[in-house]
Amino acid sequence: MKNNWWKILTVILLFYAIFQGLLGTVPRQPILNESIRNLYFHVTMWFAMITMLLVSMVYSVRYLRSNLQADDDKSAEFAKTGILFGVLGCITGSLWANFTWGEPWPNDPKLNSAAVGMLIYFAYLLLRSSFEDEQRRARISAVYNIFAFAIFLPLIFVLPRLTDSLHPGNGGNPAFSSYDLDSQMRLVFYPAGIGWILLGVWISNLRYRTKAIQRINNERMEIAG
Amino acid sequence: MKRIVPLFVFLSLFSINLFAQQSVQSDVAMADLMRADGKIWVVVGVIALVFAGIVTYLIRLDSKISKIEKELNIK
Repeated sequence: MKNNWWKILTVILLFYAIFQGLLGTVPRQPILNESIRNLYFHVTMWFAMITMLLVSMVYSVRYLRSNLQADDDKSAEFAKTGILFGVLGCITGSLWANFTWGEPWPNDPKLNSAAVGMLIYFAYLLLRSSFEDEQRRARISAVYNIFAFAIFLPLIFVLPRLTDSLHPGNGGNPAFSSYDLDSQMRLVFYPAGIGWILLGVWISNLRYRTKAIQRINNERMEIAG
Repeated sequence: MKRIVPLFVFLSLFSINLFAQQSVQSDVAMADLMRADGKIWVVVGVIALVFAGIVTYLIRLDSKISKIEKELNIK
């Protein structure tokens, strides 16, 4: 219980997000109508993704300093969870755009930047799978991870704001500042964001623990055989 | 006193444009009917059920991994 309290918190926060997100009052906006509630699911997913990728990069840096395989495992699993959230974010955003912007992919700078960012991280996965030797794989993918994150942030935060964009927060559209986001929505948005982040941590946690078990099993097999 | 009353009347004239606001209820289409019917609970129920399923899966996976970790004596 001492170690698992945050998992229970995850479940509570996400159930809260589902219930309050669908039943609570939201601003009545034209074009968006009820789909404004996607704020609690699509947008929070992207924030969770960025957090996962940030943690992944931090573990990459740690690996380069410590050379501990555990750090590389964690870096890889957080990146994979981040990529999962990113793909889900793209799909949910595309579905949302289909009904509010008229088409699923309107060639918007933010969307294209997000897609490029996802491709960069897919390449990270490819890179990892192309190495047999664990140490080399870990070192090279750690370096790539750091560069990938360093490029990813300007790509999705800076570039779209420099030009016209449909996407909220870019191209002069309102987004999350205190003047833009309705206070009622904030009450659900922040807990939901934390809930999704914790969910990503939970999934990554399960995955790198499985990795560690597999590694120990392999070592024991090698010793035995 | 002689100047304050005209001042207040003048200032309250600014609120005349509030009469132009229409009832928001009729302006933007929302899921009011779903709520009136109570059908919104179906939506909530479906999503909550899906999520409950995923959480159950996570919890079972977590306990399986914990068990193996205990067997192998990992931290």
